[in-house]
Amino acid sequence: MGRLIRLDRSGHTTLAEWTAADGPRADAAATRFREQLELGMVASVSNADGTAEVIRELPLDAELVVLRRPIAGG
Amino acid sequence: MEAIAAEAGGLEEAARLYWRENPSAATLRRDGRRWTAWTAWIVAAFTVPGALLLALEPLTFPVAALCFAHAWAIPWIQARRGARQVVPIGSERSVGRSANTDRRAERVALGLLGDLLDHVERELLAATGLAPQQGELGVWLVGERGAFLVRSAGRRVDCWCVRVDEADGLSAGDRVAHLLLALREDELGFAKVANLGFSGAIWRVRGRLPDRSRAALAAARRALA
Repeated sequence: MGRLIRLDRSGHTTLAEWTAADGPRADAAATRFREQLELGMVASVSNADGTAEVIRELPLDAELVVLRRPIAGG
Repeated sequence: MEAIAAEAGGLEEAARLYWRENPSAATLRRDGRRWTAWTAWIVAAFTVPGALLLALEPLTFPVAALCFAHAWAIPWIQARRGARQVVPIGSERSVGRSANTDRRAERVALGLLGDLLDHVERELLAATGLAPQQGELGVWLVGERGAFLVRSAGRRVDCWCVRVDEADGLSAGDRVAHLLLALREDELGFAKVANLGFSGAIWRVRGRLPDRSRAALAAARRALA
């Protein structure tokens, strides 16, 4: 089960959940994902080695995709 | 929002700053040396005249004392400014201490942040308010605003000013999670986006941190030893 979450005022919000086998839910998740990117959110998935990766397409095999706001220098 | 060309997996925020130098271990060493040279110059510029005044006329002691005070105070202020660029969770300046804080959102955010960390890192976060992250450049300690980078075998700390661009309404835990994710995505990009506010010996910053957060610097130092 994959989960798309957005870090926001509520702590975080689950925007979509999907399985690769469930085509319509995966498509809906991909649509929500693209909408969030267009709003300026940055998406990342964590890797096993403790790093993370910025993504522009929703990986359907990912367990957790996190959407965050951009960062800036102080 | 239009996507800015970034290296594969790199921070788009860093790619936008095309005019900035790409940081590396070598540029950090160079910047560290510049900070040390600057501090040495400040100390010498005030200590030498003070000592000369005393040698020429001991009655000028009050003026010489002022020179010595400047030689001590300016590096002290620089280090304090660097330390204050990093805001640990639960510290005096934490958004979590605000009366308007949504406690439920804070708990949810801290839960997710805890999931991003392993057991040892989670304990250090709970104890110090700073999230540790081992990187190629050293050990990072990430606050809800700003980050420390402990490097050079734990002898030096860099203080970085960095934040969530539009953080309105975000809880303390979410702010740390934002910065931690960005750091994990692209360490050099993170250093490019952040502004280096201070670099110096670790003891100079340690004394200006909240008591509970000092253990984070010690842990980072141990990790590099």
